Amino acid sequence: MDEELSYAYAVVRPTAALPEGPLTGVTGVASGAVRLVGAGAVAAAVGSVPRDDFSEAALKVHLENLDWLERVARAHHGVVEFLAAHTTVLPLRLATVYVDDDRVRDVLRRGQETFTRMLNRFADHVEWGVKVYAEIPRGPAAPEEADTAVSDPGRTYLRRRRQQREDRGAAWSAAAEAVRRIEAEAGQIAVEWARHRPQQGQLAVGTGENVANDSYLVPGSRSEEFRERVRRSTQELRGVRVEITGPWAPYSFAVLPEPEASEEGPRP
Amino acid sequence: MTAHDEAALAQRQVALIDLLDRLLSGGVVLTGDLVLSIADIDLVRIALRAVIVGVQEDDRWGLTIRGHGPEGTSGERAP
Repeated sequence: MDEELSYAYAVVRPTAALPEGPLTGVTGVASGAVRLVGAGAVAAAVGSVPRDDFSEAALKVHLENLDWLERVARAHHGVVEFLAAHTTVLPLRLATVYVDDDRVRDVLRRGQETFTRMLNRFADHVEWGVKVYAEIPRGPAAPEEADTAVSDPGRTYLRRRRQQREDRGAAWSAAAEAVRRIEAEAGQIAVEWARHRPQQGQLAVGTGENVANDSYLVPGSRSEEFRERVRRSTQELRGVRVEITGPWAPYSFAVLPEPEASEEGPRP
Repeated sequence: MTAHDEAALAQRQVALIDLLDRLLSGGVVLTGDLVLSIADIDLVRIALRAVIVGVQEDDRWGLTIRGHGPEGTSGERAP
């Protein structure tokens, strides 16, 4: 019947800064307005999206389209960031779509205790991403050594290959050491830890091989200390690059424990 | 395209991959009404197929450094 569906971005507690109803100053997916839909102690940021674009069949097609995925991901993130600037936020996974706002209220009501517990856990915490790269040399590092190459090309080739192997091995060991040190340092401050798949593929445009792609949940007040300690712990390692991203809303930690997850499963 | 533009583009792309890491494997999974199979694992797989090539290959990354299995997505916790 409706031409629109309710797209849910995140769960928050309605506060004075974020009363229920339309949120001003934020644009969601499909350039839509965003509103807070409340039920009991919690509320969800919800926007209307066209059914034509967010039905199951349409999503299957759209998600193959990187431009579309990027637009939706950035819009989703924009709403989560907006909320996070005002209060503790519990991000929902991309493309959580309901028939209407009443269904959203229903889900909020049933998950109320869980959501509240998670929001308490995330209060005053932020997520930091830490990526470790091994800077593995690609191809011959030195320019052609003309004279030796002419006199003994075979030996030159083998020597170069051995050198490459050694450089590669050194970069890997250094990266492994960096990961160990970072885990030790970060573990002193972070309250939780999550791993992501190492980044590769067309979007992984940085140099080097990504060998660790982790997230840490850190008390907001210790963010600077966290970054400083992570950075310092690997400073003198050669062939290693460490990249810190954030602060993020606690995306990587907003994972429901199993029993609740199945309660929220498909209705019969 | 100038070098500056390329750098800006690279910056933007790096941010996108970090964002997708979080949006596709993090975030509370609440089963939506119309997209039951999409809201959970299928979404991740489909999107990964679109944006991350060579998914099979990363067995060795996880194993080399950490000694964990290839499914190194979120969920593990620090003690």
